[in-house]
Amino acid sequence: MAANRIAVAKTYKIYIGGKFPRTESGRYFALQDKQGKVIANMCRGSRKDFRNAVVVARAAQPGWAKASAYLRGQILYRIAEMLEGRREQFIAELQQQGSTQRAAEKEVDVSIDRLIYFAGWADKYQQVFSAVNPVSSSHFNFSVLEATGVVSILAPDDSSLLGLISNIAPAIAGGNTCVALASESKPLCAVSLAEVLHASDVPGGVVNILTGFRAELTEFFASHMDVNAIIYCDGGKAVARMVQTLAADNLKRVVGRTHLDWSGDAENPYLIRDTQEVKTTWHPIGS
Amino acid sequence: MATPENKLAFDGGWGYEPAPESTDHIKVDSRYGLFINGDFVKPKSGKYFDTINPATEGKLSRVASANQADVDRAIQAAREAYRGPWGRMKAAERGKYMYRIARIMQERAREFSVIESLDGGKPIRESRDIDVPLAAAHFFYYAGWADKLQYAFPGRTAKPLGVAGQIIPWNFPLLMAAWKIAPALACGNTVVLKPAETTPLTALKLAEVIAEAGLPPGVVNIVTGAGATGAAIVEHSGVDKVAFTGSTNVGRMIQKTLAGSSKKYTLELGGKAANIIFADAAIDQAVEGIVNGIFFNQGHVCCAGSRLFVQESVADEVIAKLKDRMETLIVGDPLDKNTDIGAINSSMQLEKIQSYLKIGKAEGGEMHQSSCRVPKKGYWCRPTIFTGVSQSSRVVQEEIFGPVLAIQTFRRYDEALTKANNTPYGLSGGIWTDKGSKIFKMTQGIRAGVVWANTFNKFDPASPFGGYKESGVGREGGLHGLDAYLKLGA
Repeated sequence: MAANRIAVAKTYKIYIGGKFPRTESGRYFALQDKQGKVIANMCRGSRKDFRNAVVVARAAQPGWAKASAYLRGQILYRIAEMLEGRREQFIAELQQQGSTQRAAEKEVDVSIDRLIYFAGWADKYQQVFSAVNPVSSSHFNFSVLEATGVVSILAPDDSSLLGLISNIAPAIAGGNTCVALASESKPLCAVSLAEVLHASDVPGGVVNILTGFRAELTEFFASHMDVNAIIYCDGGKAVARMVQTLAADNLKRVVGRTHLDWSGDAENPYLIRDTQEVKTTWHPIGS
Repeated sequence: MATPENKLAFDGGWGYEPAPESTDHIKVDSRYGLFINGDFVKPKSGKYFDTINPATEGKLSRVASANQADVDRAIQAAREAYRGPWGRMKAAERGKYMYRIARIMQERAREFSVIESLDGGKPIRESRDIDVPLAAAHFFYYAGWADKLQYAFPGRTAKPLGVAGQIIPWNFPLLMAAWKIAPALACGNTVVLKPAETTPLTALKLAEVIAEAGLPPGVVNIVTGAGATGAAIVEHSGVDKVAFTGSTNVGRMIQKTLAGSSKKYTLELGGKAANIIFADAAIDQAVEGIVNGIFFNQGHVCCAGSRLFVQESVADEVIAKLKDRMETLIVGDPLDKNTDIGAINSSMQLEKIQSYLKIGKAEGGEMHQSSCRVPKKGYWCRPTIFTGVSQSSRVVQEEIFGPVLAIQTFRRYDEALTKANNTPYGLSGGIWTDKGSKIFKMTQGIRAGVVWANTFNKFDPASPFGGYKESGVGREGGLHGLDAYLKLGA
C-alpha cells in the first residue's frame, strides 16, 4: 500500500430487513478509542428503528421456521465460513475497541466454532427434546418444539462478538427471527457481523441488528407487543425487574443470561430450547 | 312421530327418567380449617366463607379464609418439610408416597366425583369419568418420575426448587390440584396450594388423602381463600416457584409481581381456541367434536373450542346438525347421570356469560340457544351459538368461559389459519378433515400448544399442556412438565 494513500473508512450502519439503512432518527454517537480518537460515528438507533425491525422480523418468521432444518443448518454453517474469511477484520476491530491481539483472536475463533456448533444442532435438537407420549386413550400423541416467534436480544456489552453470536445462533437455529441490540461500548463487530450475515444466505429480516443506547432502548425491546421472547444479558436486579415487568404485558418469555461465561457455558442445546414452544398434537387411532 | 324431512327425532317419545347419583355416602364437614403441617388448623384470620352448590344455591360448608399470617405459617411448614424429611428422603421413597396418594384417590373416586359435582356444578358423568380418574392417574404417572429425573434432561443435572406456591382455578378443582401437586412432589419440592374460593372442597378432601397416605407434615399444605390469599402466596419471599392457572389478566399481574425476583413461574392462562371443520371431514363426528369442544364442563375450559370455523360449502349442513344436536343436550342437575351440561360455577360467572350474550347480539351476531328447560334455582346457561359474527366481534376475540360458541366460515385452508391465529391467545386448536396431509399442514400452522386433530378436549398425564403467546408460559404434564419444578444445571 502506498504510504500516502488515504484509507477508506467504513460507515457503520444498522441492519434491518436485509438492508443497511442509517437510523431513521438521524442521530449518532461517536465511538472513541482509548486515546479519545473517534473510530466511527455509530447510528444511535431509535424506538422507530426497533419497531421497523420487528415488522420485518415478524414477516420473515414463518418462512424461516418453515425452511428445512437442514437448510437452516447450512446457512449457519455458511455464516461461519464467511466469518472465517473475514477473521482478520474482526480481530482488528476487537483490538480497535481495546482487546489484546490474543484475546481478539480467541474471541473470533470461538465465535466461528460456536456457529458451527449451532449449525449442527439445527436438525438435531428436535429429536432430543420431542416426545411421543404414551396416553391411555386410543390416540397417537406427540410433542414437538416450534419456534417461539420473534425474539428481541439485548446482547452482552462486554462479549461484543462471541456474546452476540451465542445469542443469535441458537435463536435462529430454532426457526426464530430476531432483533438484537449490539454492545453499546463495542458495537463495531455487530455491524460487521451483519455484513457477514448478509453474505451468508440468511434471508432478510431473520436477523436484525441495531446499535444505540441501552438505557434508551431496553424498554422498547421488552415491551413491544409483537415480540414473543426477550433475552437480556447484562444489568443488575433493576434491569431484570424492568425487563420482566414490561415483558408481562404480552406474556413474553423472558430469558436472563446474565451470568454466562460466553466462552464456556454457551454450548448446549438448552439455549435453543429457551426460545421454543412445545406443541402437542393428538389424533385418534381407529379405522 | 312425524318429523320434517332430514331431521332426527331426538325427542321421539322417549324421555329420560332422572338418574341422580346418591350423596348419602359422602362426608362433608360443616366447617374446614386450613391444612397446614399435616393437620387441619383454625385460621389465624378467624374468618370463614361459605362454599355453595351452584345448582341449588344451598350452602355446602364453611371454609377458612387464610390471611397473611396463615400463609406465612403454611410456607414455613413447607420450608421445614423441604429442609427436613422430604428433602432428605430417597427419591424412590418419595415416589412411593405418591403412588399411595393415587391409589387412595382411586379407592375414594366415587366420593370425590360427587363432591366435585356438588361444589362446582359439573355433570357427574364428567367428574366421574374424567376429572377424578385423571387426577389419580396424574399422581400415578408422576410418582414414577421421582427417581428417574436424571434421564429426563440429557446433559443436565436436575435439582428441586424448594417451596412451590400454587394457585388453581375452579373449573377442574381436583384435577388442577393434581396437575400442580404431583409434578412438584415428584421433583422433590414441597407445596402450598390455594384452591379457588368457589370450589375448595375436593382440594380439602385431597388433604385428607395426603394425611391418610402418611406424607410427612408440611409437604403439602392447602390454604383456602380468595384473591388476597393467592397474592400473599405469590408475593411471599419464602416461595421459590409460582404455578398459576387462571385468567390472562391475573397471569400478567403475577408475572409483573415476580419481576426482579428469582422465582420460577409457570402460567396456564386463557384461550380462545379455533375448531376448524373442513368439508371433507366426517361431519357427524365433527359435530360431536364441536359439542365436546364448547359444551364440555359448561364451556368453563381454558382450551374450549369457542371459535368454530366451518368451510363454507358445508356450513349450512354443519350448523343445522349442530342445532339439532344441541336440542338433545340435557341441562340440569349435575348429579344426574343423564346430564350433559351442569350448573354455571357461580353467579358471578353467570353474569359474565350473560353480559357476553348481550354484547354478541348488540354487535349484530345472530344468537341461537337450545330450547331446553332449565331449573328455576341455581345458575344455568343454555348451550348457545352465535352466527353472523366477524373477527372483530368481542364474542370472537374475548374468552367467555361459558357454553357460547362463535361461528365463522372460510374458503381456503390459509384463510382458516389466518383467522384461527388472529388472537393473542394460543392455548389449543382443533382440525377436522379426512386428509392426512391437511391435518399436518393445519396442526403445524396453528400457533397453539395443544392441537387436536379429529378429536377435541382430550387430556392425559403423559401429554404436555400449555400455551403459546398470551395463553401462558411453561408446560404441565408429561416429561415436559417436569421442567417447571426443577433447576437444571450443567
